[in-house]
Amino acid sequence: MSTALRHPLPNGATADNPRGASEFRLSVEQVSYAHNANPSQAPLFTLEALSFQAKPGEVIAILGPNASGKSTLLNLITGTLEPLSGRIFLNGFETRTLPVRTRAQRIALVQQESRLLFPTRAWEFVMQGRHAYGTGLRFETDEDIAIAKNALAQVGASHLAERRMDKISGGEKQRIILARALAQQPLLLLLDEPTLHLDIGAQVDLLETLRKLAAENRYTVVVVTHELNLAGEYADQVVLLQKGKCLRVGPPATVFQRELLEQVFQAPLSVEMTVSGRPRVTLFSNK
Amino acid sequence: MRTLTPARLLLRCGILAAILFAVVVLALKLGAVQVSLYGLGRDLISVLLGRTSSLSSDYGMIVLDIRLPRILLGIVVGASLSVAGASFQALLRNRLADPYVLGISSGAALGAILALIIENHLRLSPEMAGLITPVGAFIGAALTIAVVYLLGRREGEIDSTTLLLAGIITASFLSAVIMFLMTTLSGNNLRGMAFWLMGDLSTPQPRSLLYFISFGFIVAAGAIYTTASDLNLILAGEKEAMHLGVDVSRVRIVVYIAASILTGLAVSVSGAIGYVGLLVPHVMRLIYGPDHRMLLPASALGGAIALVIADTLARTITAPTDLPVGAMTAMAGAPLFIYLLRRRIA
Repeated sequence: MSTALRHPLPNGATADNPRGASEFRLSVEQVSYAHNANPSQAPLFTLEALSFQAKPGEVIAILGPNASGKSTLLNLITGTLEPLSGRIFLNGFETRTLPVRTRAQRIALVQQESRLLFPTRAWEFVMQGRHAYGTGLRFETDEDIAIAKNALAQVGASHLAERRMDKISGGEKQRIILARALAQQPLLLLLDEPTLHLDIGAQVDLLETLRKLAAENRYTVVVVTHELNLAGEYADQVVLLQKGKCLRVGPPATVFQRELLEQVFQAPLSVEMTVSGRPRVTLFSNK
Repeated sequence: MRTLTPARLLLRCGILAAILFAVVVLALKLGAVQVSLYGLGRDLISVLLGRTSSLSSDYGMIVLDIRLPRILLGIVVGASLSVAGASFQALLRNRLADPYVLGISSGAALGAILALIIENHLRLSPEMAGLITPVGAFIGAALTIAVVYLLGRREGEIDSTTLLLAGIITASFLSAVIMFLMTTLSGNNLRGMAFWLMGDLSTPQPRSLLYFISFGFIVAAGAIYTTASDLNLILAGEKEAMHLGVDVSRVRIVVYIAASILTGLAVSVSGAIGYVGLLVPHVMRLIYGPDHRMLLPASALGGAIALVIADTLARTITAPTDLPVGAMTAMAGAPLFIYLLRRRIA
């Protein structure tokens, strides 16, 4: 927090909310992006200007087929990519301008797969989430240990603490990676295709856990996915992307319309509403 | 959760340091001229008490003026190569990275030879002339790692196979250049040069140079050690490390420069000694795990132990003739490496 305080704050702002009162934690404002391999040529990929906001405790799904710009949007939110226009605020601070260390204390990213050259034990892996809070050689404090244990407990993986990361299943690994993100004690939890290598049971488990965590810890959760039904079931808001264009932002019940989804995912499908008011999508064969 | 505490770190390093001490005492005793352990102990205590004049035996000179400096050199060189190896393995995220395999040692050797040639044309004081070789070796090491790094990239990312091939090709190219330069040297220097290229600790080095490379080792290894916990995260990938709060570009620069210094210093006094930088970190990782806070000091001590043992064997096996220590490390290291590779640990 101290590093962030050094940034000049506008009138009426506080450290937690430098732009004054706003109920939104994450605010994406007219953000666009263009990827050029060669500056003299037309961009290879563009993301057209889009906006959305998210409150604490909300789960946002960024939904779209491959190459629709989902991961680009995620990288823009983390601040690793610079937008062509527009700005992204987290609690009023532009994520792009946050120092690496402060950013890691506020934004945790769960990537598709974590490659390990020399496998560690699960608890050591979770402890990596505490890196941004320490200095020097970072000998683990009692507080770090308590936070890591709590993170493991929250994802239901306490029993895996002493296991080696290369000796556990894909679903268990994904939980440990999530626990490391929790150990960062972030405001914003980002997940890039977290269900990609998981079987259906593990997918549901993971998203149940995420929804529970978002509600209990007031994280803002952003999940990038192409799984229609998981987004429909678990997201509070869906950002629907296609070929770099944001087609719709809103609750699943309003975004999930048959014609729209058929056009985006290029497949015949039907959408029904369940008793809980959540949409359910059924895909049909093209023939 | 058995976390690494400062006490645990110091205890483990203490054990390794005790082993190193025992190895040094043995190395002082063993050699072409037999020295009794009693006589050795008595002489060592005299030296420690500052009573060098009371050295009783005629072999005091052999032990203290010939064997001890060579052993100290072995300690610094072994520690430098192992720390450089462990650092390159983390930085390039490649299990097979080491100054020798990546051609960095060859680059340092070429830099050192060029420095020697230039030195002949400059009229420098002997002290300055002695320091120009390590500096040349450092520049050679730094340039080589930059070239290998650029050649080893594919679509903006380091590709481990490409990187290793780039290192091997670079090493063979640099060796060819070194051979070419060597043919231009006079015959007297040739055997010394050939020995030095294989890795050799037998050339007596001036005391000032020993101080210089020890100082260089402490500064460079210390700089790398400040990034120990960052290196743990970089092993998982640079992007991932960045998201966890590591200033990746700063770590990369610090480790790159410091590891080049370590390689340059080691090569300038001992030539290209292979396998130490590759194998010692692996063995230490097997014993202590992949945490760099433990791995780096363990590699430094382990490298010192390994090289002093190798050099003692090089001195004694064919006594009174010396073998180049590089031949010794390769003979012991290659089978060990194959064993580790087969067990899929390396």
